[in-house]
Amino acid sequence: MTGIVTFGAYVPRLRLPLRMIVEGQPGAKQGRKTSGERSVGNWDEDVITMGVEAARDCLKGNTATIASVCLASTTAPFADRQNAGVIAGALNLGETLASQDLGGSQRAATTALLNALHSRSGAPSLVVASENRHTRAGSPHERRFGDGAAAFTIGDRNVIAELLGSAARSVDFVDHFRSSEERDDYFWEERWIRDEGVMKIVPQTIESALADAGVAASDITHAILPSPVPRLREKIAKAIGLGESAIAAALEGEVGDTGCAHPLLMLAATLEKASPGETILVTSFGQGCDALVLRTTDALRDFTPRNGVSGAIAIRREISDYAKYLSFAGLIDRELGMRAETDNKTALTQYFRRRDLLHGLVGGECTACGTRQLPRTRYCINPNCRALDAQEPFCFAETPARIVTWSADHLSFNPDPPSYYGLIEFEGGGRMFANFAEVTAGQIDVGSPMRMSFRIKDMDRKRNFRRYFWKAVPEITANRNGGADR
Amino acid sequence: MTKGIKDKVAILGMGCSKFGERWDCDAEDLMVEAFSECIEDAGIDVSQIDAAWLATAKEELHSGKGGLPLSFALRLPNIAVTRVENFCASGSEALRGAAYAVASGACDIALACGVEKLKDTGYGGLPEASRGVLNSMWWANYSAPGAFAQLASAYRSKHGIDAHDLKRAMAHVSVKSHQNGSKNERAHLRNLITEETVLNAPMIAEPLGVFDCCGVSDGAACAIVTTPEIARSLGKTDLITIKALQISVSNGLESGFNTWDGSYFHTARIASKRAYEEAGVTRPREEISLAEVHDCFSVTELVTMEDLFLSEEGQAWRDYLDGFYDADGGLPCQIDGGLKCFGHPIGASGLRMVYELYLQFTGRAGPRQLSEPTLGLTHNLGGAPHQNVCSVAIIGRQ
Repeated sequence: MTGIVTFGAYVPRLRLPLRMIVEGQPGAKQGRKTSGERSVGNWDEDVITMGVEAARDCLKGNTATIASVCLASTTAPFADRQNAGVIAGALNLGETLASQDLGGSQRAATTALLNALHSRSGAPSLVVASENRHTRAGSPHERRFGDGAAAFTIGDRNVIAELLGSAARSVDFVDHFRSSEERDDYFWEERWIRDEGVMKIVPQTIESALADAGVAASDITHAILPSPVPRLREKIAKAIGLGESAIAAALEGEVGDTGCAHPLLMLAATLEKASPGETILVTSFGQGCDALVLRTTDALRDFTPRNGVSGAIAIRREISDYAKYLSFAGLIDRELGMRAETDNKTALTQYFRRRDLLHGLVGGECTACGTRQLPRTRYCINPNCRALDAQEPFCFAETPARIVTWSADHLSFNPDPPSYYGLIEFEGGGRMFANFAEVTAGQIDVGSPMRMSFRIKDMDRKRNFRRYFWKAVPEITANRNGGADR
Repeated sequence: MTKGIKDKVAILGMGCSKFGERWDCDAEDLMVEAFSECIEDAGIDVSQIDAAWLATAKEELHSGKGGLPLSFALRLPNIAVTRVENFCASGSEALRGAAYAVASGACDIALACGVEKLKDTGYGGLPEASRGVLNSMWWANYSAPGAFAQLASAYRSKHGIDAHDLKRAMAHVSVKSHQNGSKNERAHLRNLITEETVLNAPMIAEPLGVFDCCGVSDGAACAIVTTPEIARSLGKTDLITIKALQISVSNGLESGFNTWDGSYFHTARIASKRAYEEAGVTRPREEISLAEVHDCFSVTELVTMEDLFLSEEGQAWRDYLDGFYDADGGLPCQIDGGLKCFGHPIGASGLRMVYELYLQFTGRAGPRQLSEPTLGLTHNLGGAPHQNVCSVAIIGRQ
């Protein structure tokens, strides 16, 4: 039986209060929703980095058996360079691996999940859904959207949720679109989307899926329903004869709508709370509809809790001001100073040659003396060893670290100054002079615990290339606040 | 330990340009300015120079690659000119090349020249480093102040020093150098500052404020060296000789092996031990009359005094607050203003330090002249605390 084996999630730490958006607009209208917040990817986060974080939460270090990876997104950074491949590299999934990107619709992630569940190979696969949504400043979607990622492994052992049935509809109903050359969506009238689109496509697809699963609407414990325009979930539930108590929380006012990733983010949040034997309906809307009917199994009881959606939501920092958000989102043409002019051309030959270091954070462990070191070099760094070519690959990505030295640099270019960096030491040996991310003033000192995070290191603005590497972020457990963004 | 070059090489002449924002000068003008003083002091003709070493770190910004810039600027008679680059220790590296050439007997007379023209970049601070291939892909994006500021966090934590006490000691480092620099007409910065000014200055890299950072300057410095025998044959008396010249280079241990705590310079401790051994110095705090150290940042100077074994470990900050390194203290440090005030034209700095010792030993230091110095030390550092090139030289009367 193929089904969901593990799940994980990631929501960026930065949150934008909706109040800031409303107050940031000229002639701010009365009566607009000002409570709650949305998630915002930091300047060094994108679909790939958020996807890596969600997948790390999902995999918990168990990467050995993954045979395929699929990234679902409509906002992936590369149009022609496989984004899923970068994620696979950062996760050290090895290279005997099938990989693909899936996009083009708000259904992309549910389709990716369905494809994996329908696969007959039985080999474990990883499905990552990630969105970094772009809107124009002041648009209604700026308040509704959010950034985030979810990840699932699919396999036939220790299945925590099995697929009972599914259905799909393909209808070229253009409620909104974004051409390949554009950054922003263009939407048609909401009432038409509701009446002619969602309400004529989604309930019918759900009915087909329930019939396929042999399940009655009244048996559904959790319903993950789409709402491309506000307040549609209740209408869909009513149309299919589902009680309102079954409607899964849509993370509004906490994360926001994370696009194609949202049904999977909601599924991850639902599985966190679900009990064995419950029926979960997952739907999406985008030029048609996908509907999946899942049932949780007894294995869910033994599932090791992940940080998950609730953990990620709890680790939060409020962004200091609306202007900073606009600048991260590329919505204002901000002066970056002369130091930002440095040419960041990447030698792709070198980038490829050392991809295990640069994407996988793989260093070495000396077989002669046991010293762990980063990077892996020909001679061992231990002055009492110096063994030649004696190091085995060792991945530091999941190894906890502590700060040895640090500073907050106001001189070097950083889109969010000051630039925090310093020397960190990994538990069990190995060090790195690393950039830090997500640090707030007064939060760190010598000895502070850090964890590694895959981030954008440099942007090559001339060629529109982005280079990734690992940064150290303050280790924060889910029940602690991430500190104020200053 | 090898025998070294103690007293095998004498300084025949030295020269140093005015350091500062030399908006009206090319690198050529700066080299000619320093060389003119140097060759006149040496009392020889350019045709007597057998070989030359040129130190410049950012050649792409001003002078160009190779030995050509020096050979062209001085119209040298087609002698060998070797360009050396070892970060901010390049000037010491040039002197080392010239001194070793003389000590080996390969050359009778050799020239070392260091030059940097930093003020053509448009930056207030140092220019952005050119991006290497692999390093820039995984090293943290950092600046010089940010890298050296790391010392303060580790030193404060290791020795349990209150952040404000350390900041005050660092402030004293800068206040003292401005006092000294004010008496030096070649210095870039000649203003007097107060501790309050330093403490309240805008932050550059925590905890380093603007006044914890040295000047970024244009300038050049030169030395002509020969053997003591040739120097005497040319009529020189009261010779100033090199007692020790050591360079130690990081191999990645600091940033890669879990032994270094980040509060000191691993290489400086090695280079200074070797230098004291080469020079036969056993009690440096008592024997060294004055020191010119690489005070790129206040905290660099502070921790370096411990690496040079001039202050006890964990006590340098107290020595500074006690005035031990002031002009009238037990061991005057940066009597010419140091990098902080004389300025820091990278390739020239190592030679500028030796120039000050030379002036002090020859009694030509004017209003900042110390009484009867016998042995001086220069410490010239390139790179960052976690990976660097460190030169320690000891100079004195023969």
